[in-house]
Amino acid sequence: MASLMIESLTKRFGSSIAVDGLDLKVREGELVALLGPSGCGKTTTLRMVAGFLPPTSGRVLFDTEDVTRLPAHKRATGMVFQSYALFPHMTAAQNVGFGLEMRGLGGAERQTKVEEALRLVRLSHLGGRLPRELSGGQQQRVALARALVINPKLFLLDEPLSNLDAKLRAEVRVEIRALQQRLGLTTLLVTHDREEALTMADRLVVMEGGRVRQIGSPRELYDAPQDAFVADFVGRCNILSGRRENETGFRTESGLVLPVDTAPNERDNANAFALRPERIAIQPGANGDLNGAVEAVTYLGSQTEYHVRIGREVFVVIQQTPGADEPLAALKPQDQVSLAWDRKAPRLVPQTSL
Amino acid sequence: MPASLFAPLTERPSLNRVLLRTLVVIAYLIIFAPVTMIVVTSFFSQEIVSFPPTALTWRWYVNAWDKPEFFRGLLTSLQIALIAAAIGVPIGTAAALAIVRGEFPGKQAISALLLAPLAVPGVVAGSGLYMFYVLAENALDRDIKATTEGLVAAHVLLTIPWTVRLVVASLQGLDRAAEEAAANLGASPFTVFRRITLPMMRPGIVAAAMFSFIQSFENLDLSLLLVGPGRITLPVAMLNYLEFRIDPTLAAVATVQILIVGVLMVVTDRFVKLSRVV
Repeated sequence: MASLMIESLTKRFGSSIAVDGLDLKVREGELVALLGPSGCGKTTTLRMVAGFLPPTSGRVLFDTEDVTRLPAHKRATGMVFQSYALFPHMTAAQNVGFGLEMRGLGGAERQTKVEEALRLVRLSHLGGRLPRELSGGQQQRVALARALVINPKLFLLDEPLSNLDAKLRAEVRVEIRALQQRLGLTTLLVTHDREEALTMADRLVVMEGGRVRQIGSPRELYDAPQDAFVADFVGRCNILSGRRENETGFRTESGLVLPVDTAPNERDNANAFALRPERIAIQPGANGDLNGAVEAVTYLGSQTEYHVRIGREVFVVIQQTPGADEPLAALKPQDQVSLAWDRKAPRLVPQTSL
Repeated sequence: MPASLFAPLTERPSLNRVLLRTLVVIAYLIIFAPVTMIVVTSFFSQEIVSFPPTALTWRWYVNAWDKPEFFRGLLTSLQIALIAAAIGVPIGTAAALAIVRGEFPGKQAISALLLAPLAVPGVVAGSGLYMFYVLAENALDRDIKATTEGLVAAHVLLTIPWTVRLVVASLQGLDRAAEEAAANLGASPFTVFRRITLPMMRPGIVAAAMFSFIQSFENLDLSLLLVGPGRITLPVAMLNYLEFRIDPTLAAVATVQILIVGVLMVVTDRFVKLSRVV
């Protein structure tokens, strides 16, 4: 395994810029996720690391080796593609063995390694099948085994879970993460799914418009986003425009004053108030500082989501679903409620418009 | 054709459905009627075809066998079709690769040009080639028209548009990620082409080879002016026979021809599901 260093990497397509001066280091054994909406440059970045796309400028290094000009087939990365990209005319075992064959590994040794890799993804019994005879989840595991068996310097995952159904996705997510940690794989993961990124990554890179918005651990990004885009992209968030009123308050554009401790995150250009829905407490009855009316109650199983209107603002509140005999359980639209939160919970961040 | 067309009916069929089925049956009848008629009449014993047959006989097949021009024509046609497909399919495949994968000026124009022979009537193309061959013969001082080489060259023109069309279609449906995956696993560009791209193109190429063969094998109009003595193709031999006689011998020869093409399609379909490619 190697570490990955990306230095002011830039890719232009004609007049449009897909990746704009990206700097990133992935330590050995670390899983870093590139997260962002489609068109943010995350896939382009991955393709430049794999060697499928030449960068316009900047460098890519594996450990200290500059691979920027090295063609894809000499980079020794192991990539799992969104479509899995299995070779349709080869069996699962032949797919897995292809990389070893390219490395000149023959007969018995190759077969042993292929069997080992198939066992790793629990597919030993299906090695003789063609890809079209395998389910989506099985194809995905063949793709994993094929990428891992060559003992790559770098493990690259391009939206590896997006073609699986929701239940399987949650399982495979955990499996890949466990495998990655056990084998100590230096991994670059591209995804647009925030849940996938939050659960799998050691560090997250939130990208937009070819630029990095923020790099940090999942917790840092969730709790301390640097701007409204990151706040909104890594999880649900109440974002209200306005300005800082004083050290304990933020005034929204509609004139509502919201409690917040402004000292720790004071920023000159902070013109948005960001607060996670689960950080808001809700009480029946209009007897607090922030009183409003319930607009909607959505039951989500373990959690319940409330939409509460205070003046011209609507807050999203998410709470553990109350027991059937608790007072909260009786809340219905039009009911009066009061909202409250820890003053340290909200962040004041700049609104982001490019 | 939609699969639901022949799905078991669980409720009363609607009028639309009945209408659709009727149309499909009529369409099949129109397609298969002439073929069936040829096969059936080849066994009628009377010389002038009339219903009902007075008796059934093999004698037209025996008659066809006894006429050397048919057997020689069959061999010539098979030979020409095989050579033309063997030359045209690689050329067409290379052209299809260039069209789909390449970036060069005039790509659209070349693509249109390669498909153009499909739009030119065979007799027109044949006359054009005839005149071209005459000019070339004068310039090069050697025979071209009425030679096997000249006929093969003409038939290669038939095979290229079919190959380009079928292989372009198969290339466009090909998952490029598989090629990238192979490169990612350490395969050089040439190895990627040999081990991944080419096998994935196989259905398109097999279908192209079959259609090319059939196009050449049953071609009459383009060949008419280009065949020479001793090198008459089967369709031309049949036309020649028709000028002097009308009897079920031709039906017998045509039945053999249909049989050859039919067997070829069934065999090809075993390797490549044609419905997926064409």
